[in-house]
Amino acid sequence: MSEANAIEAVDLRKSYGADVQALDGLTFSVPAGTVFGLLGPNGAGKSTTVKILTTLAHPDSGSAKVAGHDILDAPARVRESIGVVSQAGGLDREATGRENLRLQGQVFGMGGRELERRIDELLDQFRLADAGGRLVREYSGGMQRRLDVAQGLVHKPKVLFLDEPTTGLDPEVRAEMWDEIARLSGAGLTVLLTTHYLEEADQLAAQLAIVDKGRVVAEGSPDALKRELRGDAIHIELGTEAAAEAAVREALARVDGLDEIIFDDRVLHARAEDGARTAPTVLAALDGADLEVASVTVARPSLDDVYLRFAGRTFGEAESADDGRQTDHAKKEAVR
Amino acid sequence: MKALRDTRHMTVRHLLALWRQPWWIAVSLIQPVIWLLLFGALFKAVTDIPGFGSDNYIQFLAPGVVVMTAFFGAGWAGMPVIEDIDRGVIDRFLVSPVTRGSLISGRLASWSLTTAIQSLIIVVLALIVGATFSNSILGVVILIVEAILVGAAFGCLSIGLALLIRKEETLIAAVQFLVLPLSFMSVTFMQKDLMPSWMQTVSDFNPLNWAVEAGRAAVTAGPDWGAIAGKTGLLVAFLCLCAFFATRAFRTYQRAV
Repeated sequence: MSEANAIEAVDLRKSYGADVQALDGLTFSVPAGTVFGLLGPNGAGKSTTVKILTTLAHPDSGSAKVAGHDILDAPARVRESIGVVSQAGGLDREATGRENLRLQGQVFGMGGRELERRIDELLDQFRLADAGGRLVREYSGGMQRRLDVAQGLVHKPKVLFLDEPTTGLDPEVRAEMWDEIARLSGAGLTVLLTTHYLEEADQLAAQLAIVDKGRVVAEGSPDALKRELRGDAIHIELGTEAAAEAAVREALARVDGLDEIIFDDRVLHARAEDGARTAPTVLAALDGADLEVASVTVARPSLDDVYLRFAGRTFGEAESADDGRQTDHAKKEAVR
Repeated sequence: MKALRDTRHMTVRHLLALWRQPWWIAVSLIQPVIWLLLFGALFKAVTDIPGFGSDNYIQFLAPGVVVMTAFFGAGWAGMPVIEDIDRGVIDRFLVSPVTRGSLISGRLASWSLTTAIQSLIIVVLALIVGATFSNSILGVVILIVEAILVGAAFGCLSIGLALLIRKEETLIAAVQFLVLPLSFMSVTFMQKDLMPSWMQTVSDFNPLNWAVEAGRAAVTAGPDWGAIAGKTGLLVAFLCLCAFFATRAFRTYQRAV
């Protein structure tokens, strides 16, 4: 196993009861010091992965190392090295923000002036300096979420787990949260972020693994994953009313790396290996044939396209299909 | 060493929460006051039954109310644990290096402290309405210790159940199912010789009864210290058993996550 990886998960399997296979041979690794995203719809197995990697749950089979320690052989060492921000948060609502952070530090063996200084630092960093003395139950959703993250950082962990950090937040507060998370990377901290927001993974994660039905279906940087789709979409709106399709096709036949040309009234759709580089050539070719162009758009493929390609269904479909899975699981939980 | 430190931190957490709702102490005193004043007055005449052996029912009832109040309160110890589970607080501690046992012992320690204060208030109330406590301070201290022992044991049971069933409604039903029957099958309200014989037999195995018998003997003139020590030993053993159950329940909880 490589020392440069902060997390290495190998063939993790976990089922709940007979018919919920939460993890089905999940394998991935996270280079130290990066923000790594686990992206997938609800019920894909992201939270189960976090529970196993943070020593809360046991896998049925498979192995994993976090911060160099085996989760099964040395769970105590793992716990000392990690910070965890779960979906539920885990804050004591009847205590103040400062008291929550203090107890968290004490649990990790910190105390005295050093701990109080660290708490001040975190309250400042997360814009909670004025709220530190107030009960958490009086906090807004965004403030609670910021305190959740601060709580996971008190003891300066090597690896921080953020399980769906922005679920349930207003779009505006979510954007603020993204800024906070983006600031965390660097300084040697590794962040494992799970999310079912494509945009969130795209914006925050340097590397990501797309998870579907308990398995990693694709892995790489968001840009690399999108590049695998072979090309950007180019949309060209022609100026001339009755542009002869034959003339346009003839003009474009000379352009390298352009295919899947679809003619739709005055708008031309095509795919190009590298849209930004191809677009000027296309324009030149059209100009050379005296064809007027009203507008050009080059769109990079979205992660939704990526998901479609690897999971065989769109993200939205998977979300609604797997909601059923999730509900089954929840029912089982309740029965147990 | 770490276990003690963690227990202290957890105890402080619970005491701070309690400190913020001081009205809770007053609310928790309503029941014992009703038992002492209303129930005590209503059944004043039971002392006329031949063989009751005491002519002051409040005097007889007061130690029982002290123990029973601790016992009733402890039955609900699992409720805040379920809240902690729902809010992710338990999971947050389970993925930290905190000593597992301190999550239970911290609750018991803070609970014991408040129960001691609560018991003292009941003793003072009982003194006001005419009860007397023999063997001075030592007697009262032993009474309160018995109350805390039996309460801590049932507190562990309640916490263990909470971790296993994780539903407030189910826990409430389970506690209700246990609390009143055990109270009536004890010498809390009635002299043992006057109970039906099958109840007398059951009461011999009822931890609440051990605590009431030992506690009452400790504040009665001329106590049998040996018998008190025996009952106290039984209670300690029972507490250990319940604490073991609670820690096992933690493991079961974690397997189900």
